[in-house]
Amino acid sequence: MATATAHTTEAHTGPARILDREPLVLNNRSYSWITNRVCGIVENKQPLLWWILFVPSVLLTGLTVFCFAYLISTGVGVWGQKQPVAWAWDITNFVFWIGIGHAGTLISAILFLTRQKWRTSVNRAAEAMTIFAVMCAGLFPAFHVGRVWMVWFLAPIPNANAIWQNFKSPLLWDVFAVSTYFTVSAIFWFLGLVPDLATLRDRCKPGLRKALYGIFSLGWRGSNRHWSHYETAYMLLAALSTPLVLSVHSVVSFDFATSIVPGWHTTIFPPYFVAGAIFGGFAMVLTLMIPVSKIYGLGDLITPKHIDNMAKIILLTGTIVGYAYCMEFFIAYYGANKYELQTFQLRGLYGPSTWAYYFMFGFNVFAPQLFWYRPFRHNMWVVMFVCMCVNAGMWFERYVIIATTLERHLTPGSWRVYEATWVDKYTFLGTFGLFMMLFLLFLRFLPVIAIGEVKGVLPQSDAHNDGHGEKGIQEEDLMNYPDRHVAKSVA
Amino acid sequence: MSTTLKRVHGFLAEFDNVQDLYHAAEQVRDAGYQRWDVHSPFPIHGMDHAMGVKRSKLPYFVFFGGLTGTCVAFTLQTITQTTFWSDIGLGFLQKLAETYPTVVQAKPTHIWTLPAFFPVMFELTILFSAFTVLFGLLGHIGLPRLNHPLFVSKRFAKFSDDTFFVCIEARDAKFSQEGTKAFLEKIGGKNVELIEDDI
Repeated sequence: MATATAHTTEAHTGPARILDREPLVLNNRSYSWITNRVCGIVENKQPLLWWILFVPSVLLTGLTVFCFAYLISTGVGVWGQKQPVAWAWDITNFVFWIGIGHAGTLISAILFLTRQKWRTSVNRAAEAMTIFAVMCAGLFPAFHVGRVWMVWFLAPIPNANAIWQNFKSPLLWDVFAVSTYFTVSAIFWFLGLVPDLATLRDRCKPGLRKALYGIFSLGWRGSNRHWSHYETAYMLLAALSTPLVLSVHSVVSFDFATSIVPGWHTTIFPPYFVAGAIFGGFAMVLTLMIPVSKIYGLGDLITPKHIDNMAKIILLTGTIVGYAYCMEFFIAYYGANKYELQTFQLRGLYGPSTWAYYFMFGFNVFAPQLFWYRPFRHNMWVVMFVCMCVNAGMWFERYVIIATTLERHLTPGSWRVYEATWVDKYTFLGTFGLFMMLFLLFLRFLPVIAIGEVKGVLPQSDAHNDGHGEKGIQEEDLMNYPDRHVAKSVA
Repeated sequence: MSTTLKRVHGFLAEFDNVQDLYHAAEQVRDAGYQRWDVHSPFPIHGMDHAMGVKRSKLPYFVFFGGLTGTCVAFTLQTITQTTFWSDIGLGFLQKLAETYPTVVQAKPTHIWTLPAFFPVMFELTILFSAFTVLFGLLGHIGLPRLNHPLFVSKRFAKFSDDTFFVCIEARDAKFSQEGTKAFLEKIGGKNVELIEDDI
């Protein structure tokens, strides 16, 4: 007993140790502080910057609508695709956006299963990002089919032609993978939102807002008998989403890997695509969350620790991607298939679009290496810079894989360097507007941080942490947690 | 139509922190109450044990939901793209669906083309499971509902912010107007409130 007391005092007065866990929420914030801060974003007037970003986003969305309208009314010839480059910016953009989404699911599902509690501050926004990114992604293949009004032919519905989809085709697997991914992500997101919508509902004055939050929060009343089922449901969804997210980008990579095009027909594609998707997605999460945290004063919830962790994941996945780039090259040489080898030589060494390859390699492999150095992970400008590099680099990766491979297809007589038209460019630019617009509306109407989940990881939420109540846990409680029980039982 | 008649829903007691709530829950459980509940802004680790709540049965539902998805995907793909159902003597199914297998690159139309169907089978398993999770959960917890007697209480609105509640319902066999109130106060409940519902 005496030892335990002495130990407590020592831990209390001594300097923080290197291996101490950093708190997930800084400054010992209380439950109501978190509620007020997060709900305040929705309840108060938006800062001027919100409008400065929102208006251009709406205009850019209009640009995409215009470009698609122009495409439909004129014909697919307004895009830059010509033989042999039949897949170009549209599929690049599709893979780019769908990849962005993967970080959201990784944070919400895989980090949940591995009990990474720091996920709670970022999972809501990351899941929202997933859904919006998948919406942007879905536009491109839908219009790429040519006659977009026939897009319902993708769905297995009995039709007058009595012709069904070719279920052996990876393109159809993609339809199922992406639509399942969207649906499951939306369910997961909605289920997570229910308790927080109840918080918003309980703070509203009676009126339309209260009625709407009330309906969407399903009459949630925080009952533990409900939480018990809810937590099981949440874990089941996490367990379902984890293989799902790995399957989605694997299936996307099958679009290429199951073909016989040199440069696409490789077995490394599924893991390489998944790592790349997580990599690009985390960069986008940070690109969004760092400004959100600064603008709305959420620094105590999204702490340097969170950013540090995500930077490490970017470093890890970026290095995996770099390994895949090198391994692809090596196998092209080692596999002794001259078409494969030539594709890679043209891609990286002396083809017409090597510039894209260098952008890809520099942005994705070299830029994240800055994150080996801790002060860089803690400098928001450096983090934002690297994330911007990765955002761009991941787009170039898909462009390199798709367009530059097709530019030099098997028949030299049909070789042609791909050039994007203004419609290609503005359509893609406009999807950033759509993405931003949806994200800004999300900030405006829904809680950007999972209030309930963050409260659950506070030290004072531990039922066995006696005697501190609202104040929050002190350092020695974490250090001596087992000792306290020993002391108690001896006494 | 409003009447002056009210029905007692139960007693609601307030607690300031998780630890007090946890110990209170243990005492309510030990006192033998059945119809009662704890309300908190977030799920409390270990509370199921303190309340004596059993593990959720939801996973069993989800297993069968997922299995349904697998079967649907298998049937959909084999009926439309193989001769499997005719081969096992159930050709009428294929006639019913009026299907012509799409032959690409001379891929076979018998059952051994099955591995090509795995991705869709996998995706539909996940999709059906996820829907079972959603609707299974709603079924288990009896939501959505538009109102609940507890929402009459002005204090109860704080459940989603920073306050914790224990509610013992009047339909519990051990409930009594005085005894339950005294019990809730004894275990540390503050502002014990009688919740009444319009009939």
